[in-house]
Amino acid sequence: MRNAYFVYSPEQLGYKFSDSHPFNHKRLTLTMDLLKSVGALAEDDIIPARMATDEELLLAHDATYIDVVKKAGHGQLSPAQCENYGIGTEDTPIFKNMHEASALLVGGTLTAVDCVMEGKSRHAINLGGGLHHGFRGRASGFCIYNDSSVAIKYLQQKYNARVLYVDTDAHHGDGVQWSFYDDPNVCTLSIHETGRYLFPGTGAVTERGNGDGYGTSFNFPIDAFTEDASFLEIYEQSMREIFEHFKPDVVLTQNGADAHYFDPLTHLYGTMNIYQQIPKLAHELAHEYCDGKWIAVGGGGYDIWRVVPRAWSYVWLEMNDLPYPTGAISDEWLNKYQPEAPVQLVPTWEDPLDLYEPIPRTEEIREKNAQMMKKALQIIQKEQS
Amino acid sequence: MIVEQIMKTELVTVPPTLTITEAREVMRHKGVRHLNVLSREGEFLGIITERDIKEALPSYLSNVPDSPVYHEPITTVLISEPITAHPLDFVEEIALIFYEARIGYLPIVSGGKLVGTVTTNELLDVYIEMTGANEPGSKLEIRVKDVPGVLNEVTAIIAAYKANVLSVLVYADQQDESSKILSIRVQMINPLPIITELRERQFDVLWPNVPGIV
Repeated sequence: MRNAYFVYSPEQLGYKFSDSHPFNHKRLTLTMDLLKSVGALAEDDIIPARMATDEELLLAHDATYIDVVKKAGHGQLSPAQCENYGIGTEDTPIFKNMHEASALLVGGTLTAVDCVMEGKSRHAINLGGGLHHGFRGRASGFCIYNDSSVAIKYLQQKYNARVLYVDTDAHHGDGVQWSFYDDPNVCTLSIHETGRYLFPGTGAVTERGNGDGYGTSFNFPIDAFTEDASFLEIYEQSMREIFEHFKPDVVLTQNGADAHYFDPLTHLYGTMNIYQQIPKLAHELAHEYCDGKWIAVGGGGYDIWRVVPRAWSYVWLEMNDLPYPTGAISDEWLNKYQPEAPVQLVPTWEDPLDLYEPIPRTEEIREKNAQMMKKALQIIQKEQS
Repeated sequence: MIVEQIMKTELVTVPPTLTITEAREVMRHKGVRHLNVLSREGEFLGIITERDIKEALPSYLSNVPDSPVYHEPITTVLISEPITAHPLDFVEEIALIFYEARIGYLPIVSGGKLVGTVTTNELLDVYIEMTGANEPGSKLEIRVKDVPGVLNEVTAIIAAYKANVLSVLVYADQQDESSKILSIRVQMINPLPIITELRERQFDVLWPNVPGIV
């Protein structure tokens, strides 16, 4: 069996709000080109995304909402008529064929699911997906349809699988969490900047699930200005304990790349180091607990030039057991994109050592995050004792 | 918002003939700390609190298995004229009652009949909802001059970016008496264009405001 498939169709780039909008799937092209520049992505690695059917979208969305998205994308509704559905706003403006583009991102994640569950490959990635804010009947936070919610329902119905969803986007994975808040067979794990200021504001430690699903939602809200060491401390311990506790059949990781210092929308101080470690551990634990079954999707990431291409490359490299490149990035890639980029590209795979000025409260933030983790994991430790 | 809109109307009621032990069992079973005592005719007689029962009973450390106290009627610990409120009272008014009287439970009475109850926890829940914290949004905090019209200027900028406002709180600025802090939750993931414009217009945006940093 091959290690992994890379799900991609050029039409996925049609998920585009405007030229100036922070959510920009040019990231996909930049990442793929970077991977090709190190010989890590070949044509036969790529499998096209399919379009999700209405029936599949209905697994996690309301029929009236789907209808509104269709009509809005075909110019049949004014922004005022869509506002109650979160569309036609500054975050999620109407664009042409928005239903088709969004359904293709969902379908891409379903293609990745089928690759893994039908045994075509051990792992699969759909970087166009990861739209974790989408709600049942409402667009939110740049997300129209929630590909991960649909994919998890699909995994349950078609493959009867027990799913662990891991979300390392800097924003709380609220849409996915609420979709499965009552479901004991889906576990959600989200590490995100605290909602004190940042969107969406939810994701407190105390959100643990409801009814039969109590104890299968885990939230790790980390403080603004959290750095690598603290982030990784939380990530590693929470992942190991939750995998051991929940024992999933398959893991779906959402790889938002917006916890980096450069990201304009958030206030975390991560570096490329976390994006090297995140897929490594996911990979290791997928083999240990899920017979390798690992599906990865993209997510946030708003420094599309300096952060996302490198961060997402690591996920694919890890899936294929390829060593992480070090040192200089190819001139070809840099020369191709520097003229377009509004910022100076980082010329190496690693971040520069003096990325940011040291911050005064590193130790206090680390200690506070550690205390938060203890509270979040209490429920597991209680059950063990 | 009036009390009628937030009060709980499923009432846990008991007759005055109950013993203290029985009352304790009802509290345990229903998961409540207060019981409403009604006469056979349905007249509201008062409330029993878990705390009064605990004070009346011997300590479980003192090992008095058959104290006569267990069989006393609850009328011995009845609070016969508790502080009450009316369904048409304002929520802010009962918040003040809770705060000043230092109580945790308020029977809502109309025409001599008990019609509902409110606990501090339920009241807190109302206030949490008022902050908009239960809906997805980003928070902006802005230090503004304490003069008329400022809120209008700020919300006009937010409106121009077609962002929905989930809640607005105005509170005193501890550092500067001539200023107020506006805490606004907007329903959007990317408030940067709004923040940029507010700053361009000389507003003092405190975001993110982590003590000791920036």
